[in-house]
Amino acid sequence: MEEKLKIIDHYLMIRLPEEVDHHSSTEISRRADSMILDNDVEHVVFDFSDTKFMDSSGIGVLAGRYRKISCFGGKVYVIHADSRIQRILKMSGLMNFVEIME
Amino acid sequence: MGNNMKIELEALAENEGFARVAVAAFITPLNPTVEEISDVKTAVSEAVTNAVIHAYEEKGGTIVIRCGIDNDLLHMEIEDRGKGIENVERAMEPLFTTRPDLERSGMGFAFMEAFMDGLEVESAPGKGTTVIMEKKLGNNSWVSDED
Repeated sequence: MEEKLKIIDHYLMIRLPEEVDHHSSTEISRRADSMILDNDVEHVVFDFSDTKFMDSSGIGVLAGRYRKISCFGGKVYVIHADSRIQRILKMSGLMNFVEIME
Repeated sequence: MGNNMKIELEALAENEGFARVAVAAFITPLNPTVEEISDVKTAVSEAVTNAVIHAYEEKGGTIVIRCGIDNDLLHMEIEDRGKGIENVERAMEPLFTTRPDLERSGMGFAFMEAFMDGLEVESAPGKGTTVIMEKKLGNNSWVSDED
């Protein structure tokens, strides 16, 4: 997998791969959940720096992690998302749950 | 002059990327914008993923992609012979999904509708599904700059 996961100060940082689709998202969700389970994760940050393509499977990855951590007061942040990815997040209503940081 | 192509592929997750790239390559002679290429790739990805997950329930099967170009119009059909959709209208509602267990967002058809100019779904239980989409290309469509 190309994406990198690391924990900085209770923040799980997920650097997403170039293409976030059904094929790649299954593995991303699985790895993120095992990190959340095994570590003291409060918030999740999705880093789209490398991402050039995302379909609705990506929405599921973000929404699923939001569901996991929001019940403990955690937040989901999105960084380095280009205008197209921001548009997709907007269309899915995810903008109301995640915070986009420029 | 018209051009057309047909690809038959196995309904596997790892073929989703191939399907996107193949269709993107086919439309390049029409001089599409970067935005238009992304729109078509997203629509292909959604339709093929639906076939992999819903039609064949990740057990594999055949997906047929047919594309035709007529002047600046792309006509595309993505067909499976999987389990079919019981209620197409319901399936097309944004956020409706039969597989929340797989974290499906229920946005597949909504994205196809938003990123293409025309969308039609033909399906019957046990008979498979054909998604028919159209899009005008190479026109620097004003829609893409909406916001």
